[in-house]
Amino acid sequence: MSERITGAEALVRCLEAEGVDILFGYPGGVALPIFDALYDSKQVRTILPRHEQGAVHAADGFARATGRCGVALVTSGPGAANTITGIANAYMDSIPLVVITAQVSTAVIGTDAFQEIDITGITVPITKHNYLVKDVAELPEIMKEAFHIATTGRPGPVLIDVPVDVSKGELDFAYPDSVNLPGYKPTYKGHSKQIKQAVSLITRARRPLLYVGGGVISSEGAKELKELAELMQIPVTTTMMGKSVFPEDHHLWIGMPGMHGAKYTNYAITEADLLIAVGVRFDDRVTGKLAAFASKAKIIHVDVDPAEIGKNKAVDVPIVGDAKNVLAGIVAELRKTDAESKSEAWVAVIDEWRKQFPLHYGGHEAGAAGEHLFPQYVVQRVSELTKDRDTIICTEVGQNQMWACQYYTLRHPRSWVSSGGLGTMGFGFPAAIGAQAGRPDALVIDIAGDGSIQMNTQELATAKINGFPVKIVILNNGYLGMVRQWQELFYGRRYSASVLPQDCPDFVKLAEAYGCFGVRVEKPADLDAALQAAFDFDGPAIVDCRVVGEECVYPMVAPGASIDEMLGGVPGCPVSEMLDDDILEEVWE
Amino acid sequence: MRHTLSVVVENKPGVLTRVTSLFARRGFNIDSLAVGTTEDPTLSRITIVCSAAETPIEQITKQVHKLINVIKVQELDPADSVDRELVLFKINAAPERRHEIIEIANVFRAKIVDVGRNSVTIEATGATDKIDAMEDLFRAYGIKEMARTGKIALTRGRES
Ligand SMILES: Cc1ncc(C[n+]2csc(CCOP(=O)(O)OP(=O)(O)O)c2C)c(N)n1
Repeated sequence: MSERITGAEALVRCLEAEGVDILFGYPGGVALPIFDALYDSKQVRTILPRHEQGAVHAADGFARATGRCGVALVTSGPGAANTITGIANAYMDSIPLVVITAQVSTAVIGTDAFQEIDITGITVPITKHNYLVKDVAELPEIMKEAFHIATTGRPGPVLIDVPVDVSKGELDFAYPDSVNLPGYKPTYKGHSKQIKQAVSLITRARRPLLYVGGGVISSEGAKELKELAELMQIPVTTTMMGKSVFPEDHHLWIGMPGMHGAKYTNYAITEADLLIAVGVRFDDRVTGKLAAFASKAKIIHVDVDPAEIGKNKAVDVPIVGDAKNVLAGIVAELRKTDAESKSEAWVAVIDEWRKQFPLHYGGHEAGAAGEHLFPQYVVQRVSELTKDRDTIICTEVGQNQMWACQYYTLRHPRSWVSSGGLGTMGFGFPAAIGAQAGRPDALVIDIAGDGSIQMNTQELATAKINGFPVKIVILNNGYLGMVRQWQELFYGRRYSASVLPQDCPDFVKLAEAYGCFGVRVEKPADLDAALQAAFDFDGPAIVDCRVVGEECVYPMVAPGASIDEMLGGVPGCPVSEMLDDDILEEVWE
Repeated sequence: MRHTLSVVVENKPGVLTRVTSLFARRGFNIDSLAVGTTEDPTLSRITIVCSAAETPIEQITKQVHKLINVIKVQELDPADSVDRELVLFKINAAPERRHEIIEIANVFRAKIVDVGRNSVTIEATGATDKIDAMEDLFRAYGIKEMARTGKIALTRGRES
């Protein structure tokens, strides 16, 4: 059955058919027909951010926190241009988004008309796919395809550019119930022969390691991952994108690998004899010098995107498929063999490393007392005070992000929202708004740097007016801290363009200017009360923590070094000297 | 190392840009590119000759395959495929040298398609090395202009 309606109305019907109940939209001339149609929707709530970058990051945060597709709608020209960072961010992290941009009318496309920009041309390299709708009759089919492409296979952002005459035009509306994309057929099921091969490696391994990334989150594979890890007692390291998919208080979780990974994590990768890489892409921030990464291990690589397998590192057993599916397949196959774990000694060795080389800061293990407010301590307290609550941790980019990785204990999948591949300062706060929009009951916290937060503070208005009680904890060190750290280590402490005044802006007043709650903390003794007050406040809040300015994130692998060569932290020594001969014989051959 | 890729895509606007910009972005140099429709009017075939110095060709094939409008990507094995290229040479040819040039053209089974007062235009088809050889010979006379279509190719007759 079909019905004659306008393109704009059709677009809204398509959103409703896709189950969209929230979109982040910023209007403008040629987008008005669509916004006008949205006015009548009883299902779709339109949230007005204060910048289009905020809209896309919010949609992205919504997607990460809920597992659903995020949607943003903006006008042509500058509106579309402002979405680019957000789209690129989602693309790098494989986040499902549909971004709708309005466009000048088809009659003037290509003439440099007012507010015209070739947004489909610009976004070819940063979208999974994009469309320019030339004929209103194609709109329903394109919308259907866009949501399908964004959310299936390896997820990613899809952009739809809708000229104003298309949204004003009329069509006989019917929403298709299937798509016809002959060139797009993601593989979900892992090849059974490859799974058997993987199982045979797993049953033989004595120093196995699960190296797990964002792909396991997008496939909702947490349960299967845990089953495999526990069944064969395989330690798990999660990349930054994989954080939260495995409980970080579990005895088999061994931290985050890579540039700012813990020593025990990187040693474990270096010494493993089998690396089961699932939904990861061997990013250079993780691997350091590629040739030395897991060089003693056989590698099984599971990914839904065949192009990721073998891209950076040659693998022994490639398995193309959905992570959840393949993990379940491996577990099922393992159960048939009644194989027993051979990794007991290996797990003990890693535990020993964990004791010898713990994360630490400020000269002591857990710098609680004393006069100085350490940024790591702030994160630890946030972690402790929220451990019994349903909490979602968002971060900005820089030291704050790495400390959040190191010192916050995540317990539930999708409780971590952080910009990985692009490393976008200004992402965390609007993403937190999106996360809160999608998970109204959760406590949503943005762990921020004083630099990053200043990239999108205008969204305080969005949070306030829409009743999103997001909490911002600023680790205010008076620097673009991560830049300062690199300048300290590699540029002779020449702090070129990295110093920020710690009291400009006054973040407490900034919060108040937007009708939010603000509090400043200078001493460790005042921290808990301030955090608690912010968490209890019924609205957005800023906790401005004036932390020790010169802290560095340690350990650190210098760019280009191999990951077992770490700077800072407890000094390491060669693995062979750390263990007695008995253990060596038992675990290494 | 040179590779010939045969890429079957949906016949839609913008698809060629997606394919070629992907090569550029991943640092692959395109040596030649030829596009045209196939037996199925909804599909086009893009034949790309590219050189891949370091990154393995497999990686670019996989990346191309990821594009939504790409139906099939195949690296063609020279031993198991036929390929052709069409070329037009406009060669300097004073009347007294014209004869020699036509002679050469005949040897290569090329066609004279135009004769001017001081030039001859020759059309030839063939495998790339044959065309390279002709180009080499004609350089001695002075090539005023040249246009090559780029290689097109298909796998040999085993039904696929
Ligand atoms: C949009 C953007 N611009 C620049 C950078 C480069 N960059 C990475 S970390 C960093 C400093 C971040 O400073 P701040 O937000 O204060 O956090 P801190 O490192 O002090 O915790 C900069 C400038 C970036 N990642 N993103």
